[in-house]
Amino acid sequence: MLNLFLRRIVGAIPTILLISVFVFALQKLLPGDPVLAMAGEERDPVALAAIREQLGLNDPLPVQYFNWLLAALQGDLGTSLRTGQPVTELILQKLPVTLQLGVMAILIALVIGIPAGILSAVRKGTLTDYTANLVALSGMSVPNFWLGILLIMLVSVRWQLLPASGYVPPSEDFVQSMRTMIMPAFVLGTGLAGALMRHTRSSMLGVLKQDYVRTARAKGVPERRVVLRHAFRNALTPIVTLTALLFGELIAGAVLTEQIFTIPGFGKLVVDAVFTRDYAVVQGVVMVTAVGFILMNLVADMLYILLNPRLRAA
Amino acid sequence: MANEAIAARTVAPVIDTPARRSWRKFRTHRSAILGAIIVGAFLLVALLAPVLPLLDPAATDWAAVRQAPSAAHPLGTDEIGRDVLSRMIWGARASVLAGIVSVGIAILLGVPLGVLAGYFGGWTDIVISRCTEALLAVPFLILAIALAAFLGPSLTNAMIAIGISATPIFVRLTRGQVINIRAEDYVEGAHAIGLSTPRILARYILPNAMPPVLVQATLTVAAAIIAEASLSFLGLGQQPPAPSWGSMLNTAKNFMAQAPWLAMWPGLAIFLVVLGFNLLGDGLRDALDPRE
Repeated sequence: MLNLFLRRIVGAIPTILLISVFVFALQKLLPGDPVLAMAGEERDPVALAAIREQLGLNDPLPVQYFNWLLAALQGDLGTSLRTGQPVTELILQKLPVTLQLGVMAILIALVIGIPAGILSAVRKGTLTDYTANLVALSGMSVPNFWLGILLIMLVSVRWQLLPASGYVPPSEDFVQSMRTMIMPAFVLGTGLAGALMRHTRSSMLGVLKQDYVRTARAKGVPERRVVLRHAFRNALTPIVTLTALLFGELIAGAVLTEQIFTIPGFGKLVVDAVFTRDYAVVQGVVMVTAVGFILMNLVADMLYILLNPRLRAA
Repeated sequence: MANEAIAARTVAPVIDTPARRSWRKFRTHRSAILGAIIVGAFLLVALLAPVLPLLDPAATDWAAVRQAPSAAHPLGTDEIGRDVLSRMIWGARASVLAGIVSVGIAILLGVPLGVLAGYFGGWTDIVISRCTEALLAVPFLILAIALAAFLGPSLTNAMIAIGISATPIFVRLTRGQVINIRAEDYVEGAHAIGLSTPRILARYILPNAMPPVLVQATLTVAAAIIAEASLSFLGLGQQPPAPSWGSMLNTAKNFMAQAPWLAMWPGLAIFLVVLGFNLLGDGLRDALDPRE
């Protein structure tokens, strides 16, 4: 099994390298001269040439790429053109905020999506099933920035129950942190809940057809126990895998959710960077997100193997 | 006897082809029909926008700023006195066009690459598949935002950015389909009778690989419409004063307390058209799945 894990990890390396090539190429293709941006008021050709030389921009492209890659591997993703801060530092600063939002969103999605999926599968073809399906598909179809605006209008502006924006770290004031994050997490969680519900439903439907479920019923095992113990446990594997794979959607959703609720996270970082043409930050964010996604894929693969005894022996 | 046989033959000339079976399944699929109706309605509105008796979507009226819905302006007016109904309808054009064009780009790029990778295998496959995997590792919207930023903000560039971001999905799907179909007996038969590769691809492989691509395309239009709205919302898509639902929502969020209706309609429209495409895609999947 360890062997299999190692092979998966080694297999991810070429993909990561390829992404780094794309990300590097993106920087080279982007309009605008980083030297001019850095020099500010300076327009003296000699000074500009000096900066160019200092940044290694006169080296051949492959040399520039390897220098960049080498630095990136050591955790140096360059410097933000706007703030002068190291990109890695910026990302590490914003990441916990988005992680908190993401974890809360996933929890909300699990709490809604899984029971709804089980119920829908058990009552297949009934009104409950149709309703649950329509609600799930609606959750997946609603643009989350609109849902965010509606919630702010209702909960914050009209009822004045929760703050419409801002961020408080949970270490500082846990209750206030939850109060500011619960609405954004719900907005981000709705789409995921829909996807999870549909996945749970189809996974459960597959399992409920199996012989051992029929056997359990024939033995007189109570229906509740059949559904939760015999069926759900076995339906869980693909659900766990999918949850890990929702990472990409989570990050993408966080971009807009953070924009609406002005949360100073990863998503807001990338949007601000795009608008200020702070390409080092855009690059860093794309690179970190892609590596994160590949890691989540690996985790999903490993969980799949760990949860499935038949694959564990292999 | 003979007459009866002839009669039987003329009464039942309908051969149950897979296409007919799928159509029958689709027709009785209630949510799929609902999806088709919603999508059809939006397409119709988008097509008819130029001939409908509407106010100019860009005409400002400083005497009628942020007015609540009334007889003159059924959906109210926006922050500089433009008619919201007419901006909604012209916005439908931008959204539907963006959804369809970007998915068209993704199919035109993705399907041929997928066929190459799946049919020829070897190095062609390794190169294409590795690039696809790498692109799939970057979340769809992040990639679209990065590309749109690189290309510069406009509706055309947003469509290109979304199209490129959606391409890997079609490459992977087509590749998988082609690999399965290539192993079928009828393809081997086609080889045996000496048909050329382009002919085999066009006659046997592509038509059989298409149904899942069609399903994916419908679902991707839904995702692309949301993506275009998101880009426009962020200011990376359709540029003002041209109307788009995403940018309408962006301005609406500044007037949530004073003019809540501004935020209602564009969001509701995005939601409905996306739901329509999703329902249609689900229905097509059920109808085209030969296993069921």
